[in-house]
Amino acid sequence: MDETMGVGGRGRAILLLTVLAVLTVPIVVGYLWVIISTFSQRTYGLIPVDANGHPGGLTLRNWSFLWKDAAIWRVTVNTFVLAVGLTVGIVVVSSLAGYALSRISFPGRRPFLATTLVLHAFPSVTLLIAIYFVLRWITHIPVVGRGIPVIGGFGYNTLGGVILVSVALELPLGVWLMKGFFDQVPWDIERAALIDGCSRLRVWWEIMLPLIKPGIAALSIFSFISGWNSFLIPYTFMTSQEKSTIATYLRSLLSDTAPVNYSTVAAVGLFQLIPVMIFFLFTQEYLLNIFSGGVKGGS
Amino acid sequence: MIVKLEHVTKKFGDVVAVDDINLETRDGEFVALLGPSGCGKTTTLLMIAGIYRPTEGVIRFGGRVVNRVPPKDRNIGMVFQSYALYPHMTVLENLTFPMRLKKVPRTEMLQRAQQVADMMGIGHLLDRKPGQLSGGQQQRVALGRALVKQPDVLLFDEPLSNLDARLRLSMRAEIKRLQLDLGITSIYVTHDQVEAMTMAERIAVIRDGQLQAFCPPNELYDQPRTLFVASFIGNPPMNFLEVEVVADGDAFKARCPEIEIPVSAERGRAAAGRGKVVMGVRPEDIYLTRDGIAGEVYVVEPLGRDDLVDVRVGDVHFKTLVDPGLGLKIGDQVRFGIRPERVQFFDPRTEHSLLWN
Ligand SMILES: Nc1ncnc2c1ncn2[C@@H]1O[C@H](COP(=O)(O)OP(=O)(O)OP(=O)(O)O)[C@@H](O)[C@H]1O
Ligand SMILES: [Mg+2]
Repeated sequence: MDETMGVGGRGRAILLLTVLAVLTVPIVVGYLWVIISTFSQRTYGLIPVDANGHPGGLTLRNWSFLWKDAAIWRVTVNTFVLAVGLTVGIVVVSSLAGYALSRISFPGRRPFLATTLVLHAFPSVTLLIAIYFVLRWITHIPVVGRGIPVIGGFGYNTLGGVILVSVALELPLGVWLMKGFFDQVPWDIERAALIDGCSRLRVWWEIMLPLIKPGIAALSIFSFISGWNSFLIPYTFMTSQEKSTIATYLRSLLSDTAPVNYSTVAAVGLFQLIPVMIFFLFTQEYLLNIFSGGVKGGS
Repeated sequence: MIVKLEHVTKKFGDVVAVDDINLETRDGEFVALLGPSGCGKTTTLLMIAGIYRPTEGVIRFGGRVVNRVPPKDRNIGMVFQSYALYPHMTVLENLTFPMRLKKVPRTEMLQRAQQVADMMGIGHLLDRKPGQLSGGQQQRVALGRALVKQPDVLLFDEPLSNLDARLRLSMRAEIKRLQLDLGITSIYVTHDQVEAMTMAERIAVIRDGQLQAFCPPNELYDQPRTLFVASFIGNPPMNFLEVEVVADGDAFKARCPEIEIPVSAERGRAAAGRGKVVMGVRPEDIYLTRDGIAGEVYVVEPLGRDDLVDVRVGDVHFKTLVDPGLGLKIGDQVRFGIRPERVQFFDPRTEHSLLWN
């Protein structure tokens, strides 16, 4: 590769890198500023200063929510449960539905595909009130409503309810994505498996799922991150902001009446970012593995 | 296992892919399904495999109606044109997969896989993934996977068409040999007539979903029942010309405006008095001679062992095979004869043979 790129290729690479670097600088500086400011009393540009304006004044005060406010750990766990629940729900349902929509012809298949796409185009805000009534109704179902450990249940003001609604709202995208991946798997491989003795479900599990691993990984990442960052649904359907998710906890810091400590807000924001970064590092490596070790031929 | 198709029809919406096919194999027979692209060969095969369900008609395996039996319960092995190996499994896992599903004990499974791998000459590749194999090796694995489950019926869908010419030749012989040794009823789809002629005991010729003929290769060649079979089988293809056959005492002659061709009484009688009919002559049944029909060399195509020469007589062209030693050139005047007992006659309207029905 390197040899074939030649002089022109190198020039292009340098140009490309320059453009990327220029575009990246503001982002990097922005994050740098956020990081510095969370450890400072105040900042002057990128330089931390103390109350009198002299350089210095480093402090951990902005991070004190980690040990002073027990709620942060509770919302962190909640957010994690929400993100995992959302991921599991979306991956399971999308990969099953995507398979059916890709491979099985049944009446109403095309209308179904078209409808999901149209529904996805609607902003979810428009549905909030309707969903509220649905959740209220679910609350009254015994056990399922609000008697399940960890997620609380699937009713109003429970984590499970938030998961349920979030899964529902993100499913159209997931189903379409999975359908696309299943469409890429050659029919002959599936036929061979059926002839070799698989049932349809077994084909799905043993042949199709392993072949669309990259798709599942991508969908998992999207789902996890969107769950981890989700704000609107938990904000709407859980009553106490401090007790729901990190995003709503963050919102609760932005009080309308008291002065806002932006350094603390930045610290909480950074705190929220850490797991996503870790998750991304891991899954990215996994994705690269899949693609580089990927399959040639056989199709 | 005897496979029998009775009035089998398959429609995809308005498209009739397979149209009322009747066909019965013998036990252990090697049958080829031959036809041009899109004629319904794969569809027929997939119905036998149980992937498609016939729209009409009945499929029997040894007397048992299998229309509603799912593929996994038919005990068939199938080899695909695309090989269709499982890309995420190693060769060994590909080979053992069918047995794993049948819950064959582990030791027996490994033993059988090893045996098949040795038979197919892929024993040293067991740890590789399909993506790391050449096309020919993948084909062997695919064949091994079909054989390892000890199927009652083997199905092939153009298994050799992705291989290079040389490899195709050797695999052809190998598959035929294997099939003879194992005695498994086999149905082999191809659009390559040479493949069908060399491998199969009987060939089913399909055109537009309809069965045109089902007979042994030499019969297909010497006694084509339809114009389509006559034109499809044989390379270089048969010459066709429109003639009128007339009786001249005991002798029969095929006449078209500028030419008069003597034909044997036996063949001429069936075509005489019918007005215009289509006459078919194979290139190898045309020979150069001193006192024959006069024509002019129109094109010469060297094929190596022979020259394929196009001889023009008025508006009619005859293709024939000629010894390259004669050194014929374009524009040469030649005279040729046609073996009178080898000509074919077809009804121009129904396209059926006038000799073999
Ligand atoms: N799933 C399907 N839906 C609709 N039409 C189909 C389907 N499968 C096949 N057909 C049509 O049926 C006809 C026969 O197709 P088939 O695949 O059996 O041809 P074939 O003889 O195997 O051709 P080839 O040599 O190109 O593989 C074609 O006209 C094809 O377009
Ligand atoms: Mg085909």
